[in-house]
Amino acid sequence: MARSLMKDGRPRSPFSIVTMVVLALLWTIPTVGLLITSFRSRDDAATSGWWTALFNPLGTQWTTSNYQGVWSGQDFGSAFLNSIVIAVPATIIPIMFAAFAAYAFTFMNFPLKELFFLLIIAVLVVPIQVAFQPMLNFLGPRGLGISGQYMAVWLLHTGFGMPLCIYMLRNYMSTLPRTIIESAKIDGCSHYQTFWRLVAPMSMPAIAAFATLQFLWVWNDLLIAKLFLKSDNATVIVALQKLLGTQGQGQELLTAGAFISIIVPMIVFFSLQRFMVRGMTSGAVKG
Amino acid sequence: MTTATSDAAPRQKLRDDDPEANLRLNPVKVAIGILGMVVIAWALGNMFLAFGYYPEKFGSKLVIGVLAVIGGVGGAAALFYFLNMFVEGLPRRLSEGFIPYAFVLPGLALVTLMLIYPTFQTVNYSFANSDSTAYIGFANYRTIFADNAFWTSIGNNVLWLLIVPAIVVALGVVVAVLADKLSATGEKVAKSLIFLPMAISFVGASAIWGLIYAYNNPGQSQTGLLNAIVVGLGGQPQTWLAISTAKLNSILLMVILIWLQVGFGMVLLSSAIKGVPEDTIEAARIDGASELQIFWKVIVPQIRGTVITVFVTVFILVLKVFDIVYVTTNGSYGSDVIANLFFNKLFAASEAGQATAIVVVLLVAVIPLIWFQIKHFKDEEAG
Repeated sequence: MARSLMKDGRPRSPFSIVTMVVLALLWTIPTVGLLITSFRSRDDAATSGWWTALFNPLGTQWTTSNYQGVWSGQDFGSAFLNSIVIAVPATIIPIMFAAFAAYAFTFMNFPLKELFFLLIIAVLVVPIQVAFQPMLNFLGPRGLGISGQYMAVWLLHTGFGMPLCIYMLRNYMSTLPRTIIESAKIDGCSHYQTFWRLVAPMSMPAIAAFATLQFLWVWNDLLIAKLFLKSDNATVIVALQKLLGTQGQGQELLTAGAFISIIVPMIVFFSLQRFMVRGMTSGAVKG
Repeated sequence: MTTATSDAAPRQKLRDDDPEANLRLNPVKVAIGILGMVVIAWALGNMFLAFGYYPEKFGSKLVIGVLAVIGGVGGAAALFYFLNMFVEGLPRRLSEGFIPYAFVLPGLALVTLMLIYPTFQTVNYSFANSDSTAYIGFANYRTIFADNAFWTSIGNNVLWLLIVPAIVVALGVVVAVLADKLSATGEKVAKSLIFLPMAISFVGASAIWGLIYAYNNPGQSQTGLLNAIVVGLGGQPQTWLAISTAKLNSILLMVILIWLQVGFGMVLLSSAIKGVPEDTIEAARIDGASELQIFWKVIVPQIRGTVITVFVTVFILVLKVFDIVYVTTNGSYGSDVIANLFFNKLFAASEAGQATAIVVVLLVAVIPLIWFQIKHFKDEEAG
């Protein structure tokens, strides 16, 4: 039997189709289960698996009360705002600092340049756990006294995100044509002007890629948020972790809370996936 | 020189006309630069402190968020503006030497404060008592090395490191190769679905997989997918995450991390596979190589670099794995890992000395990786 061809002329591969459908289903089923459970009533969820609702959608009591309960009753509304207030600055501020540093590492020559850059590469691998006890002291009551506030977490995420950001942006900037930078210099542009008018706009793909990664990382972080934020300022991930610890009572709220916590990263992810993939693969994350 | 060009480049003209200008200090620029930096730093510091101590004055958290974004981003931009003005005001030869540091040092200072200084301080604290007030020599190390929980955690970490990165790479390659053979739309949809978990937090993923590993008493209907399947096949429901036989619970937790990370591996590997020149594959095909031979002998050697990148990235992630274990078993049933042990020593037990000693062990484990990264970078720069 002749193998059928696809529109672009390549032969269709039944084995690939079957395997990929199975894998895609396996990868999707857990999340679908969460989504369905979050709209089921408490009794339903406690007495039958979520798939029964899928096979019998009309016989299921669909409800949004879990979402109402978790949003107001468990303070997910306030935690949701906290997450936004933390994640947005913690994404943008490191980029400001890292972009200037990456520019210098790419287009300037200066003593100690190589040592500085090797330092950045070395700390890419250092586990952030090393920072916790010293930073609890430094930011805490014995030091600056800002532990618990948003600012402490912004600072930490800025510092922890910086090595990867410098590294990614520098790798990307080194692919930009040097002639453009040199002609700007001949036209009398200072480095500062060259940075703002040429290099920063041209580096947008890599900046967008890092911004997506950093946003996901900050939004999804549990460790830093748990250690350095007071409970008023807790993020959705911390709220969800607390909910995970409760058994019995409030179990039905868990799935709704989990869905609230993953909806924003999913939206960011889907809208910026293009940039992220391009940035990750265009040599931005190599090594 | 025409007037048009000199208008476009007044600074250049100034330098040409007055060579002495390069050597002179421009006190106005220097003064404004310094003043600007001080004012910005002062204003930002106070604004952020006000957010911390008087949040109610701003009405809502959204207002704080918007102000923080404007202040943080605008402030950082203004800081660089005044720093640049300061450096440009210096005599030219000094300024040319200074400007790279003006660009690099703010970022580097933050890295130093947040990562390099704490590394040394952590080593320092690991020789001190539980609230870091007095040195106690190697007592912390003796305590953790004598603790069975520590060795169980090390063993589990090793198991995680042996299993997770290898499977992520293998599955990533399989998905990348097979997706490449689908139609364009099919490939896009399949890849998006497999990539999607990357957006989900470890905590969220643990909640999601809780619905799969859930346990109900025998006789009740099973709400966990895995137990429903087992019971459907005539078996007994199991409390999956409490089974430490053959490290089953650890392996089930690893499945969660693999589920999260395969998409990352797939994206990098897929782009590497698409970058393999078609003619090398065609040539092998003409020589009569089977698809499997083409894969192993032609494709794999050409994507080796990407395979190593994915492996190392996931390896580093696994070394620090914490959230998944913390929110599911919190280390009980023999499933503890180093990062979770560290967290519990620091947070629950308030044993800063032992906690930092555990981090030092982690730090020693990453030293070969640091060496590897630097070597890899140097090879790449040379090549």
